[in-house]
Amino acid sequence: MMKILTKNFGVPDSHLLKVARANGAYSSLGKLFAMKPEDAVQEVKKSGLRGRGGAGFPTGTKWGFVPKGTGKPVYLVVNADESEPGTFKDRAIIEKDPHLLIEGILIASHAIGADTVYVYFRGEYYRQWERFLSALKEAKEARIVGERPFIHAHRGAGAYICGEETALLNSIEGYRGVPRIRPPFPAVSGLFGCPTIINNVETLASLPYIIREGGEAYAKIGTEKSRGTKLISVCGHVNRPGVYEIELGMSIARFLAEHAGGTPEERALKAVVPGGSSVPVMTAAEALGGCLSYEGCEKAGSMLGSGGMIVMDESACMVRCLADIAKFYHHESCGQCTPCREGCGWIKKICERLEAGEGREGDLELMLAVADNMQGKTICVFADALAMPVKSFVTKFKDEFEEHIRFGRCPR
Amino acid sequence: MPKITIDGKTVEAKEGTTILEAAKLVGIDIPHFCYHPLLTIAGNCRMCAVEVEGQPKPVISCRETVKEGMVVRTNSEMAVSTRRSVLEFILINHPIDCPVCDQSGECKLQDYYFSHSLAPSRMTEKKVKKPKAVAAGPNVVLDAERCVECARCVRFCQEITKTNELTIKERSDHSEISVYPGAELKNPYSLCTVDLCPVGALTSRDFRFKKRVWLLTSTPSVCDHCATGCNIFMDHDDGIVYRYRPRENPAVNGEWLCDEGRLSYKRLMGEDRIVFPMIKNGGDFKRTTWDDAVSNIVEVIGSADPKKIAVILSARASQEENGAIASFFRGKVGTQNIFMSALEEDTGFADDIIRDKDKNPNRKGVAEIAPSRLDDPKKFGFFFIIDELPERELMGIISSGPKGIVLITSRFDFRLHYPDIVLPKATFAEQSGTFVNRNGLRQRFEKAMDPKGEALSGVEISAKLMEYFLPFVRGG
Repeated sequence: MMKILTKNFGVPDSHLLKVARANGAYSSLGKLFAMKPEDAVQEVKKSGLRGRGGAGFPTGTKWGFVPKGTGKPVYLVVNADESEPGTFKDRAIIEKDPHLLIEGILIASHAIGADTVYVYFRGEYYRQWERFLSALKEAKEARIVGERPFIHAHRGAGAYICGEETALLNSIEGYRGVPRIRPPFPAVSGLFGCPTIINNVETLASLPYIIREGGEAYAKIGTEKSRGTKLISVCGHVNRPGVYEIELGMSIARFLAEHAGGTPEERALKAVVPGGSSVPVMTAAEALGGCLSYEGCEKAGSMLGSGGMIVMDESACMVRCLADIAKFYHHESCGQCTPCREGCGWIKKICERLEAGEGREGDLELMLAVADNMQGKTICVFADALAMPVKSFVTKFKDEFEEHIRFGRCPR
Repeated sequence: MPKITIDGKTVEAKEGTTILEAAKLVGIDIPHFCYHPLLTIAGNCRMCAVEVEGQPKPVISCRETVKEGMVVRTNSEMAVSTRRSVLEFILINHPIDCPVCDQSGECKLQDYYFSHSLAPSRMTEKKVKKPKAVAAGPNVVLDAERCVECARCVRFCQEITKTNELTIKERSDHSEISVYPGAELKNPYSLCTVDLCPVGALTSRDFRFKKRVWLLTSTPSVCDHCATGCNIFMDHDDGIVYRYRPRENPAVNGEWLCDEGRLSYKRLMGEDRIVFPMIKNGGDFKRTTWDDAVSNIVEVIGSADPKKIAVILSARASQEENGAIASFFRGKVGTQNIFMSALEEDTGFADDIIRDKDKNPNRKGVAEIAPSRLDDPKKFGFFFIIDELPERELMGIISSGPKGIVLITSRFDFRLHYPDIVLPKATFAEQSGTFVNRNGLRQRFEKAMDPKGEALSGVEISAKLMEYFLPFVRGG
């Protein structure tokens, strides 16, 4: 199995520069600086790398949107605001191989011509922030990182919405973290009104390999539409929760068996949320027939998303799970757009009532209608991020929801 | 210019025009809360969503600009159901306290519910509780539960007054408009936030609970508090003015009105209103009839040397009033001693939004009739004064030992003893007329109500003087 992102994870003190260098850190830079920026962009386009933050947008194409000759500075913003329930893969990179991230930052900055970089850390990632800072200090002292690009390590205040790229920009600028209306897209007018590229930590960590080995080598890994490797953070009802690197296209069944170590006490699998709490849930059958790639997850009725996998076995109550998800989204909606602001709270209240055994005839239809009225009606996709779980949980596990209403209690 | 179709009507609009603005051009009013033509676009209420052919999702018309060949539907299934769902979402946590809400009758939420939804509520959960009757500032009261979070008020304080008192705090359905800690909503335009608020979240402390709005009559008028001449609606009922509201005029005040000007309606109703002709008898002022007062005046001006008569017009009276009085004295009495007076400048009042340091609504106008100020009162014996004079000017007249002073005014403090006769003048609410503003713009105001008591407009007073004066001089 090809290891690109996690090759140093097992090495003791892998976060120290000395150790990282001995294991190949920064070895792509010589080649990088011999390349013209547009050639670096080309290399990444060739690799087929897609954004690892959740949306899966082709990274090289995104870089190509930066307008030339505007006279404005270009910013690179690193999205390390990993906050989606179930997702903890960027954390592993920052903790175990921060130099891989810094190397990726240098590559992206060179390619897009950024001379200032903001790394936006999730507020709760304090230790990860500290580790990044000490790695950055080492890299500066070793004169690997020079005056430019200047790298700011910015800590958020703990709002999930600030992981949405335009809310993140507002947050850096000192405003409330609320998403901006697009267009203009950040590549044209982003941070402080300047061209800005926002990339996820894992995306950047994939770059050193692509530069060193070439885009074509990277493109050989994975499937046709999902090139390369991907980190999957798995949690829930599995014996070995954790972060695993897989070649895209691996079947979920194999992943669960080989990496996650199956369910505790070999209980039957009930459901899998493959890509963070916002993607539709898969039934066991869908999951076992699906594979971990952008198109594979879509075919199996969900999305690869961020690769934050949540596994539920037969002991899980799906109503309670949805109530939990709804509680999170109700807490985190920025409150800007009417459907999301009001809809998240409404869904949460209905879910909690169902779980408490106070469900009524018509509640499920109401939930689906409310989710419908939320989806696709707002500035960002936050409303969709609750609407999709609602629709999938209620339709795919309808019996369980109906039982709650019929029995007047949680049957579990 | 891109040509687009909205509900089957073809519109040609400039590049950069939004769908919502283009729709207005053909008389289609797309409902909205957060959009306001003078503020930046927030796009958050989602009420203005329309269907654009070829777009899978509803498009917000306040932000999307017109593109050649665009086909827009404001009444398709998609647009109608989106609007209805937005109204449902807004109403689930709204207190629906219309019977006790001052906004009732001029509330966008109420209007839109009736015109675009009428759907019964499907919400059976407990509503979110938020602060009520909060003093956002001296003039504005906040009810956070009624708020639709359109943030027009926040943007107004950021973009127009640049005072930044307001923000939205908290998130999700707990989010609420709030004054920053330690701040108060007390900028000179704070009551504009009440106009901007589409619902009853921000209300005017002055107007609260005074009157149901559907009982009010709105008369187009002009604020007389400074030389800007902001266009207003004077809202009144039964001879009482309840409030001023800004009336849109991009050339003068946009859609704004300052708090001080807005609340200046109170002096129309002040206890110092003069409603009967008064004559000084011994030491005291006594009520008299117009007949008696005018006969007395005519006797004096008919027998005095016209050169000894001075007339002081007012920069606070209308063009018509000043003109009629001036032409009577110039043409009939034969005095050329026509002067103007004006309140002194108040530099602290001026700003670069709309307020002007000149607190006279008609200085430019009166200067057309009588450009000079009275400099040497000793030359004259009889004075006709329109409106009360600034103290310095008045002291000059009193110390010159005048033989007689007639004051024509709507307000007077009787502790000031100087006039011999006071004639009650109608306020600008009680007559129609013209003010010439600081930029020379002639602006008409309409009569909102009949004069109080026996008050008459300056035009009517000059007619009355004429009526008594002509027989007197002919007879003499």
